[in-house]
Amino acid sequence: MESTIPDDLRYTASDEWVRRDGDEMVSGITAFAAEQLGDIVYLQFPTAKEHYDQGQAYGEIESVKAVSDLNAPLACEIVDVNWDVDENPALVNDDPYGRGWLVRFKPDDATDYESLLDAAAYRQSVTERS
Amino acid sequence: MVPFAGFSMPLQYAGIIDEHRAVRQAMGIFDLSHMGEFRLTGPDAVAAVDLLVTNDVRGMETGQVKYTPMCYPDGGIVDDILVYRYADRMMLVVNAANIDKDLDWVRGHVEGDVVLDDVSDDTALIAVQGPKAEALLQQLTDLELNSIPYYHFAEGEVGGVRATISRTGYTGEDGFELYVAPEDTAPLWRRLLEQGEPDGLRRAGLGARDTLRLEAGYMLYGNDIDHTTSPLEAGLGWTVKFGENDFVGRGVLEGQKARGTPRRMVAIAMEGRAIPRPHYPIVRGEPVGSLTSGTFSPTFERGIGLGYVAASGPRPGDDIEIEIRGQRHAAQVVKKPMYRRERS
Repeated sequence: MESTIPDDLRYTASDEWVRRDGDEMVSGITAFAAEQLGDIVYLQFPTAKEHYDQGQAYGEIESVKAVSDLNAPLACEIVDVNWDVDENPALVNDDPYGRGWLVRFKPDDATDYESLLDAAAYRQSVTERS
Repeated sequence: MVPFAGFSMPLQYAGIIDEHRAVRQAMGIFDLSHMGEFRLTGPDAVAAVDLLVTNDVRGMETGQVKYTPMCYPDGGIVDDILVYRYADRMMLVVNAANIDKDLDWVRGHVEGDVVLDDVSDDTALIAVQGPKAEALLQQLTDLELNSIPYYHFAEGEVGGVRATISRTGYTGEDGFELYVAPEDTAPLWRRLLEQGEPDGLRRAGLGARDTLRLEAGYMLYGNDIDHTTSPLEAGLGWTVKFGENDFVGRGVLEGQKARGTPRRMVAIAMEGRAIPRPHYPIVRGEPVGSLTSGTFSPTFERGIGLGYVAASGPRPGDDIEIEIRGQRHAAQVVKKPMYRRERS
């Protein structure tokens, strides 16, 4: 089954997506990652605003069968998390790019966004792993 | 698909939680053809098996099945297996990852006039588990299934295929395990799905098999039990029979029974939503043990696990904590098994 990879987002090799929203950015995990994990049942989020380096783990996402790190896509300060998915983790499986978003962050340098994978490059990375 | 003991097997089909609930509420179908089967024939077959396992198989009647550990002389567990008593032979059903090890062990320890054959490659296994399993299979066989008690089997035809029909399972539900010839597996699988899907039959993979067995408190060899654990500390004392006849490991296990074991297995349930996993420490002020299995329980909608604690450690009802990546999370020791089906 082909996973959805929206063209208007950027991606990391560790299966996070990023959307620009004014000065801030929103991130979650891709449909491919959600399918690989299976039924997601638990998330651990940061409880305070905190700075993260690019690729640094800010939390964990756990399915019935496995636990994975959630990584900061860019050097940033996380300013908000999606408490709806904390309540209802299945939102990440149902709507990974929408109601299943995970964190909102302020990047150290907004131009870092351009260094992320575009949809074509991420699609290539998924194809190589499928 | 994941590689498992040389088989390529689905971890999940529709999703572990959906598959799990299908088995609890209706029924699920599992392909367990990776399991190993040994056949023992000859006048001393029963006595030979009896010497190898901790349970008593001499008193078994034809058509009966017994679950039993098979131990090393030091009381550690070689494997946990099912013993089938046919009119003319015994069959041992062993864990897939242990087939070679078990075969060497059994071959090295059978005594008397016995012929041992590894028939794993000639034997496939389909399990149909859940409250609706009997009704489904009854539509496909002339055998009177309600005359097969729990842990018994009959030989006959199911869906036009020759099978050993065994009322056993690893899910905590009523259900059957069907031993068939490999070439009959795919046709029987399709026939069962075709007949059962309208009544809720769903395909179930290794992932649901693990969440189901953990709720039901069944051991997983390699996680909960292995060569370093004894049946007594694993809570399998009911399968160790110190009767008239000797068995490998008896001396050590008798000593453990008399003096007690330094640790024992407990079941735990989380208070919050964090999920316990194997090797996480069990804490009661200080570390008192560690988990051997852990997962999200679809039935109870929280984390559950099994693990060993010191003999003087917490008991059912006691509050404990599970240390998850450096943080302690509230949990409780609970009675085993956590899930017990309502019997009609």
